[in-house]
Amino acid sequence: MEAILAQTKKAAEAAEVFTVSAEETTAQFETNRLKHIQSKQSTSVALRLIKDGRLGYATTTELGDIKNLINSAAETAQFGMPVKFELPPQTSYPAIDIFDPAVEATPIEKMGQLGQELIELITRHTPDILCEALVGRDTVSVKLINSRGGQAEYKKSIFGIGIYGSLIRGTDMLFVGESQSSGHPLTRPKDIAEVVIRQLELAKNPAAVPTKQLPVVFTPRGLASALVPSLMMAFNGKTVLQGASPIGSKLGLKVFDEKLSLWDDPTLAFRPNSRPCDDEGVASQRTPLIEGGVVSHFLYDLQTAALAKTKSTGSGDRGGGLPAPSPSSFIIATGQTSMDDMIKDIKEGLVIEQLMGAEQGNILGGDFSGNVLLGYKVESGKIVGRVKNTMVSGNVYQVLKEVTAIGSRAEWVGGFLYTPPLYCPLLSVASK
Amino acid sequence: MPDIQAAASRIAEDLKKYKADYIEARLEESQRSHITYRGKELESIGQSAAAGGNIRALVRGGWGFVSFNDFNDLPNRIELAVKQAALVGREKSQLAPVKAVVDTVASKEDSPLTIPLAEKKKLLDEYNQIIWTTPRLQTSVIGYADSHKKTIFLSSPGSHIEQQRTDITLRLSAVAAGDGDVQQSGLSLGSRGDFDAIRGLHKEVEVMVKHAVALLSAPQVKGGQYTVVLDPVLAGVFVHEAFGHLSESDFVYENDRLREIMVLGKQFGSKELNIVDSAARPNLRGSYKYDDEGVPATKTYLIKEGRLVGRLHSRETAAKMGEKPTGNARALNYRYPPIVRMTNTYIEPGQASFSDIIADIKEGVYAKNWFGGTTSMEMFTFSAGEAYMIRNGKLAEALRPVVLTGNVFTTLNNIDAIGNDLDMNQGGGCGKGGQMPLPVSNGSPHIRISQCLVGGS
Repeated sequence: MEAILAQTKKAAEAAEVFTVSAEETTAQFETNRLKHIQSKQSTSVALRLIKDGRLGYATTTELGDIKNLINSAAETAQFGMPVKFELPPQTSYPAIDIFDPAVEATPIEKMGQLGQELIELITRHTPDILCEALVGRDTVSVKLINSRGGQAEYKKSIFGIGIYGSLIRGTDMLFVGESQSSGHPLTRPKDIAEVVIRQLELAKNPAAVPTKQLPVVFTPRGLASALVPSLMMAFNGKTVLQGASPIGSKLGLKVFDEKLSLWDDPTLAFRPNSRPCDDEGVASQRTPLIEGGVVSHFLYDLQTAALAKTKSTGSGDRGGGLPAPSPSSFIIATGQTSMDDMIKDIKEGLVIEQLMGAEQGNILGGDFSGNVLLGYKVESGKIVGRVKNTMVSGNVYQVLKEVTAIGSRAEWVGGFLYTPPLYCPLLSVASK
Repeated sequence: MPDIQAAASRIAEDLKKYKADYIEARLEESQRSHITYRGKELESIGQSAAAGGNIRALVRGGWGFVSFNDFNDLPNRIELAVKQAALVGREKSQLAPVKAVVDTVASKEDSPLTIPLAEKKKLLDEYNQIIWTTPRLQTSVIGYADSHKKTIFLSSPGSHIEQQRTDITLRLSAVAAGDGDVQQSGLSLGSRGDFDAIRGLHKEVEVMVKHAVALLSAPQVKGGQYTVVLDPVLAGVFVHEAFGHLSESDFVYENDRLREIMVLGKQFGSKELNIVDSAARPNLRGSYKYDDEGVPATKTYLIKEGRLVGRLHSRETAAKMGEKPTGNARALNYRYPPIVRMTNTYIEPGQASFSDIIADIKEGVYAKNWFGGTTSMEMFTFSAGEAYMIRNGKLAEALRPVVLTGNVFTTLNNIDAIGNDLDMNQGGGCGKGGQMPLPVSNGSPHIRISQCLVGGS
């Protein structure tokens, strides 16, 4: 890495070398049985250089291929975007616990056992369910150096268990599932099985839904599939800079229900998206996005922040390409109401666990419209069964302007979202 | 870069030496370039080179898979894959027999490799200029990418196949804004290496941008059931999402209930309905000579005259279902094992003209172009980038983008008209099992579906 930096400095005004190496092992189950064990070793090197004020960029999997890497990056710099930022000098980073050696040390046999136990717990409840499951462990090492003396290095561990069950009766199909992840080894398949078994219980009976406006409770998983993709895009500094975010001009204004608070937090210990600094070497910070319904910040990387005349929030994420603003973990503040009380309050309505295809519409504008892949009908304060062939549509900004209640207990969804359930007044429901 | 030819010759003989029922290796080197514009400015331009490989082993029905960028110590990686497979294996390994193949397939189209970055950029500059001459435009994105890949496939029975593939994609989208409202429209194209396929789109780009602006004043459709007419692009997405994924045998082969639903010979649609998947159809983004298990590509009828007649296989699913392999095992790259995937999937053309198709629709929706689509096997949703009302047999007002959803089995049966205008869409990419976007194409003539559920206000 140092050799790449030293040689690039001869050809450019500034340079940055970023490497990621990862070791990943997974045990994969199909139709209730262990089917694959996979291990993946990967390394990649990314070079950013600034030449005549423009950015050049190239990547390779081969550390030794210095000349080609520099030439490729220099070639693109002829056309690259004019650089408005300075690479960060040496900085001190917050100490964030993200590496547990016990993850790497977990034997593959143990991972196989965990998956097997999980599947047994679920098939004991519903013998004819077919499960796919995945138990995985990752170790990721990141290193960054730049020509202004900035440097960062960290190692992180991630352990994940996911299960996805399908139950087919005639041509009727039911899909249930849950996944959890942590920086520590996960050891309690029972916790995951309980979530899935509850879904199976609630979905036992079919329930009819009329085509009309109905109140809806989004579970944490339901929120992740329906509302959160729009918010992630709207709070992205790049979307704001382009004038394409519906809340871009609303900084300091109350746009959402006053019960609603949201922040981005890459500093939580042992969460999969936590890290001491972002992929440009800017220190991680907790960034409030909505405070009591008021829009309070957007997420920025170095270049976007410079163009917007603000500071990077340490949200530069590479995701395989050049750094761009990206959320790490979205956290929604808990409220006062239990999920049970929300359901009790509904005369006729829906609980949505998963909306399929909601992210395909005009998510920039906040519109969502999806098929209820897993959801329940509520009648007179009770869940009476599963709904099917039902579309739910709305607009995030209208829905979140006035929320009936926010749940008192939050859950992690997919490692990137920690949220309580949300009880929304009236949404458009179409059914056949 | 590590020399993959040399690595291949080092391990070719080794693969036969281990205690495994089957071992294969795939070694790969690739070059990519990309150019992205956001708004008026170029946002990102870059080039990348990669080399990597994998070993996959089968022992008593269990699979082990090891991927790497580091080409040192390959014998140990083979050993690890075999060890992992042995840990999993509990039954008899089954693979449909295929002949070992020794072949070298050169890439016919490699224009992006010989075209300088400056020329690629000049074309995109022209498109961006057209986009930005339109008033009320808020922002736009242009994403261009090309890749060239060389793969060497080796197997313990003695296959040695070298293949090259070039892939080009171009996506443009325009975002219009006004009165606190934001609307977008897009265009997706691609080719299997021919750069000319993305030249000369000036007119199409102009139409796309104007559409985004027009949507600002368009109403939203009232949610409910409609007779829906799909254009070839969206119908192609429909056939891919709604039916194609169900034809992938890895969903079906160990699932007795699904096997009952997907039993060959079952009537799924009208006599006019024919659905095909064919990697053997040349020069499309899903085309190839051999799949990633070294099986020759085929043309597979999935539905013929409305009946289910075939499905897509890997060697393992074919063996376990007692059917012939179809050459549909594909891997996104060396980091992934091959899984059953579609290639070029399409509805064959029928007789009807577009005006015949809409003539007797009193109130319906004409849905064009695509945003995306997804499926849960039984249910599917797909979204149209453009939509219009049909009133009394004629196209009427433009609508905001619509999301269509339905049950696959009833919807296929509800296709009651098939056009004569087959067109293949090369702009898509398919995701499955974390492997995305895999180059595919899909296509169809115009089709009409009765009683389709449309999400709306």
